[in-house]
Amino acid sequence: MPLTAFRSTQVGPRTFVLALGVCAFGLTVALRANDGAGSSKAAVPAERVASQPFLASYTRPTTTPFPDDNAYTPEREALGRALFFDPRLSGSGWISCASCHNPGLSWGDGLPRAIGHGMKTLGRRTPTILNLAWGQAFFWDGRADTLEAQALGPIQAAGEMNLDLPTMIARIGAIDDYQALFAKAYPGEPVAPETVAKAIATFERGVISAEAPFDRWLAGDEAAISPEAKRGFVVFNTKAACAKCHSGWRFTDDSFHDIGVVGEDVGRGALLADIPSVQHAFKTPTLRDADRRGPYMHDGSVATLDAVVDFYDRGGLAARESLSNDLKPLGLTGDEKRQLLAFMRTLTSPGRSVPVPALPR
Amino acid sequence: MFRTALRTSLALAAAVVATTVWLQAASHPVTQKGKLFAPGMISVKVGEVVAFKNDDDVTHNAFSTSKGNEFNAKAQTPGSTSEVVFKAKGKVAVKCAFHPGMSLTVNVE
Repeated sequence: MPLTAFRSTQVGPRTFVLALGVCAFGLTVALRANDGAGSSKAAVPAERVASQPFLASYTRPTTTPFPDDNAYTPEREALGRALFFDPRLSGSGWISCASCHNPGLSWGDGLPRAIGHGMKTLGRRTPTILNLAWGQAFFWDGRADTLEAQALGPIQAAGEMNLDLPTMIARIGAIDDYQALFAKAYPGEPVAPETVAKAIATFERGVISAEAPFDRWLAGDEAAISPEAKRGFVVFNTKAACAKCHSGWRFTDDSFHDIGVVGEDVGRGALLADIPSVQHAFKTPTLRDADRRGPYMHDGSVATLDAVVDFYDRGGLAARESLSNDLKPLGLTGDEKRQLLAFMRTLTSPGRSVPVPALPR
Repeated sequence: MFRTALRTSLALAAAVVATTVWLQAASHPVTQKGKLFAPGMISVKVGEVVAFKNDDDVTHNAFSTSKGNEFNAKAQTPGSTSEVVFKAKGKVAVKCAFHPGMSLTVNVE
């Protein structure tokens, strides 16, 4: 799906000031490059110098991509917001998308594994929906290529929301206010599974993590994060090699790997049964808001972020043929682990209230 | 008898050498760098080889499920090359099993 339409993300006064800070920093570095040995100008902090080779790839984008066949409009986002929060999109009438993707919990549910229809525990943890406008594959196993393709999956899944699409359309289409919302959002198109999916996807593309302390440091604010966190950023990009997969401003490249979590779930291997290297492989999750989104891994089997660092330091727990070649025991020192944790905690943005819409009746 | 066998052996050896030279000449390089295939589209003739080189610092796994040209280059560590012969005419979609943003089209003519 070509992505040529963009919507500007919010750029507040603070961002503008920080952007000026980046310019000032760049100017400082340039001036220093021309200085003689006896310069009296303030020194660039050692942590920033060490981080310099890695910084550029973590810059937040200024626009949000939308596909050509589902361009952004406020009406589409409003419809998608209503559908996302509406429990009538489930067979029982009491589970909405937001039941698991709770905005108050960084768009996850804080549980080891999701709870679905009939209060039954599912096999995998609820992934956050933060920053999926930039996603390249969806679900833990990547079985959907687009957000539109993803949106109807959990609604229909018997173990999740358990609602068949004809019933969904009959139920939603019978509500006058929904008909009006669809007519404004997708004029000339029917109330149909396709328009439901497109509206939910549009809303989800607007779910973007707010500026975190790391972003402010990236933009030049030296006081935004601690020296320990800055050293952690270097460890993240070098010895610990986290950035091989947790790369870019979302801190994921959406890649699939068997990282050695013990269990029978083959993940992406179920889609690519003939490819041994993706057995037990799951999608690399974003690290944005990571310290608010435990427990961790696709099955919630690792309770804390500290334990995640220990897990990777060991090179995973399960010894299998499919274990990623890129995963090795790291030999991190206690200081390096603490630095990594300090760094990862700078990726959490301050809490932001999310309005729950009044739903059509 | 001996001469005939010798002649046959030499002919076979020559054929092997010729085939090897022909294969080498018809090998199309594709790099995997920055978690992308480059070039993103190539054309080859039936029976020609595409050499997938991993120029990244992460492992790749090129594969295709396109009918007639199914292959799995298996996990390729950084620096390694894997050669794949394309056997049937048509458009072949090649992906990396690990990195969903990697996509290559091979037009087999």
